[in-house]
Amino acid sequence: MLKINNLHAGVEGKEILKGIGIEVNAGEIHAIMGPNGSGKSTLSSVIAGKEEFEVTEGNIVFEGEDLDELSPEERAHKGIFLSFQYPVEIPGVSVTNFMKTAINETRKAQGLEEMPASEMLKKIREKSELLEIDRKFLSRSLNEGFSGGEKKRNEIFQMAMLEPRLAILDETDSGLDIDALRIVANGVNRLRSKDNAVVLITHYQRLLDYIIPDFVHVLLDGKIVKSGGAELAHELEEKGYDWIKQEKVSN
Amino acid sequence: MGYTEEELKKELETKEYEYGFYTDIESDTFPVGLNEDIVRAISRKKEEPEWMTEWRVEAFRAWEQMIEPEWANVTYKKPDFQNISYYSAPKKKDKYNSLDEVDPELLETFNKLGISLDEQKKLAGVAIDVVMDSVSVATTFKKTLAEKGIIFCSISEAIKEHPELVKKYIGSVVPQKDNFYAALNSAVFSDGSFCYIPKGVRCPMELSTYFRINEAGTGQFERTLVIADKGSYVSYLEGCTAPMRDENQLHAAVVELIALDDAEIKYSTVQNWFPGGKDGKGGVYNFVTKRGLCETNAKISWTQVETGSAITWKYPSCVLKGDNSVGEFYSIAVTNNYQQADTGTKMIHLGKNTKSTIISKGISAGKSQNSYRGLVQVNSRAENARNFSQCDSLLMGNNCGAHTFPYIEAKNKTAQIEHEATTSKIGEDQIFYCNQRGIDTEKAIALIVNGFSKEVLNKLPMEFAVEAQKLLEISLEGSVG
Repeated sequence: MLKINNLHAGVEGKEILKGIGIEVNAGEIHAIMGPNGSGKSTLSSVIAGKEEFEVTEGNIVFEGEDLDELSPEERAHKGIFLSFQYPVEIPGVSVTNFMKTAINETRKAQGLEEMPASEMLKKIREKSELLEIDRKFLSRSLNEGFSGGEKKRNEIFQMAMLEPRLAILDETDSGLDIDALRIVANGVNRLRSKDNAVVLITHYQRLLDYIIPDFVHVLLDGKIVKSGGAELAHELEEKGYDWIKQEKVSN
Repeated sequence: MGYTEEELKKELETKEYEYGFYTDIESDTFPVGLNEDIVRAISRKKEEPEWMTEWRVEAFRAWEQMIEPEWANVTYKKPDFQNISYYSAPKKKDKYNSLDEVDPELLETFNKLGISLDEQKKLAGVAIDVVMDSVSVATTFKKTLAEKGIIFCSISEAIKEHPELVKKYIGSVVPQKDNFYAALNSAVFSDGSFCYIPKGVRCPMELSTYFRINEAGTGQFERTLVIADKGSYVSYLEGCTAPMRDENQLHAAVVELIALDDAEIKYSTVQNWFPGGKDGKGGVYNFVTKRGLCETNAKISWTQVETGSAITWKYPSCVLKGDNSVGEFYSIAVTNNYQQADTGTKMIHLGKNTKSTIISKGISAGKSQNSYRGLVQVNSRAENARNFSQCDSLLMGNNCGAHTFPYIEAKNKTAQIEHEATTSKIGEDQIFYCNQRGIDTEKAIALIVNGFSKEVLNKLPMEFAVEAQKLLEISLEGSVG
């Protein structure tokens, strides 16, 4: 589904990603772990198509198509979703209105009619129950005055509404208390299917207790230095990142 | 491709005036220049009674002694008042009895604007008094209104048919000598609308007027007078667009509202006059005096969406004379390219327990300057007066300006006055967030702007709100797609 080949990317001439290669297939969950400054968030921004980042070498292929020429919204229309580490506020625009716009714009791009109101309502009801979201919450301005946990839960709610093929969750666990973490993880697990894939970007192993990844990749200084199964995350939790850094040096 | 600050700026700059067309209708226009003879000629042309002629002349004499004000935060080349024609009327023999008799080209103009009379006539609940180049050419729904005793007609007609009402109230809220532009208007006003709601009557429909400026080089001097008698209610809509023009066009309107005891007037405006080209050339100069008087327990609510004009100078105000009276001002002002707006309100608290609310939303883009100027004045006998003001500014790009000039004068220590102000900028992060959810930049800007303006848009009557929303999008979006 997603194939990242020797990706080099940076901002304002400074290289941050220095040759990344990952392949994600439908039905899989991948975790990308790494210390601060290793390039985790840059990777998610580059996949989503944030303009300020420049790809200097390599490419990203999604469903057999090179993403390079596609705008962020076109990537979204193809089914790429990014749960933001720091979701932005849009005053005066309700969560419901925002979702309605996002869904209908995506449908328009796919040549479909707008979603009928009754269907939209049913979907909102279903997904808000899944994520234990109060209906009142949906009429509030997007992210305005939301707590850290509410913002993250709202991101996952949007993911549930948009039903992406590929979801990238950037530090979704940060700012969540244990109950919220459980709800969010439960939501992600329930939305999992053989047709979609999830990439979890995280600093800590905590989230991986709830969402068990098929693969774990360690990102250090813009490169994937180690890949393995779920057990790798536990090893990192015990030994920290220094162990890998040393291993890398000794290699 | 995705959004950058640079691209947003470019997009905003390439926006063209959608309603830029010109209707070629034969018209009857006075030579340029202004003197007492011209004022008398206008009055004669309109077959006015002598008291009206003298009222105009008095205003003209006052105007001659006045100086054009310079305190507003706008810069422009002052109009040459001797180089303007003060009267222009579409040529016509008789008033039209039906739409079939109206010049097809005029109907075509309305079609282009998406406000065809035909369509509007069908829109239940909306009666329109169309003012085009100063003379009313069509009035609809008059009969339905007449059954309730409501008078809704052109001011020229009112001067002839209801002189006692006009004589009593004209200039009672905005005196002839109130200010430079009001004096000019009083001297030369060509036409406008008149509305009277009798005691205890609730006007069953939204009263609507579309103003247009059509003839090259003619100033537009509209005069509107709305009187809501005791215990009555009316919602009045005023909307306008103008054809594209190279030279500046002057518009100096006066609107007077009178809400007698227990009456309520809701006055909504959508203003979309030609804002000038993206190089700052041309555009309408809009110098308007709008003021309402509230008697005991009365309420006046001004709602405005201002997207047009090169220069806007406009402060819809409320004089809260009666005890317990209420004044409201809800405004969205959008400026783009080289537009300049200096707009706001005045809330004058004279009576006891008077209350006012001001919600102002300014949106600036391009190289425009957008100023809010508002006065809240509490006089010494206005016990327990209350005001709440909120002024929010939204900036797009780095070359525009937002300014807030609040003036507060409280002469009674029981007054409660609150003022809040915020300034924000549409950020790349907000746009990217929307893009990531599948919403393109153009739509994202519309969404953010609508969200920002929501409190005011919600105050507009339904069909007007939709139009206003569209206008906001047109005014700010690029010509993408």
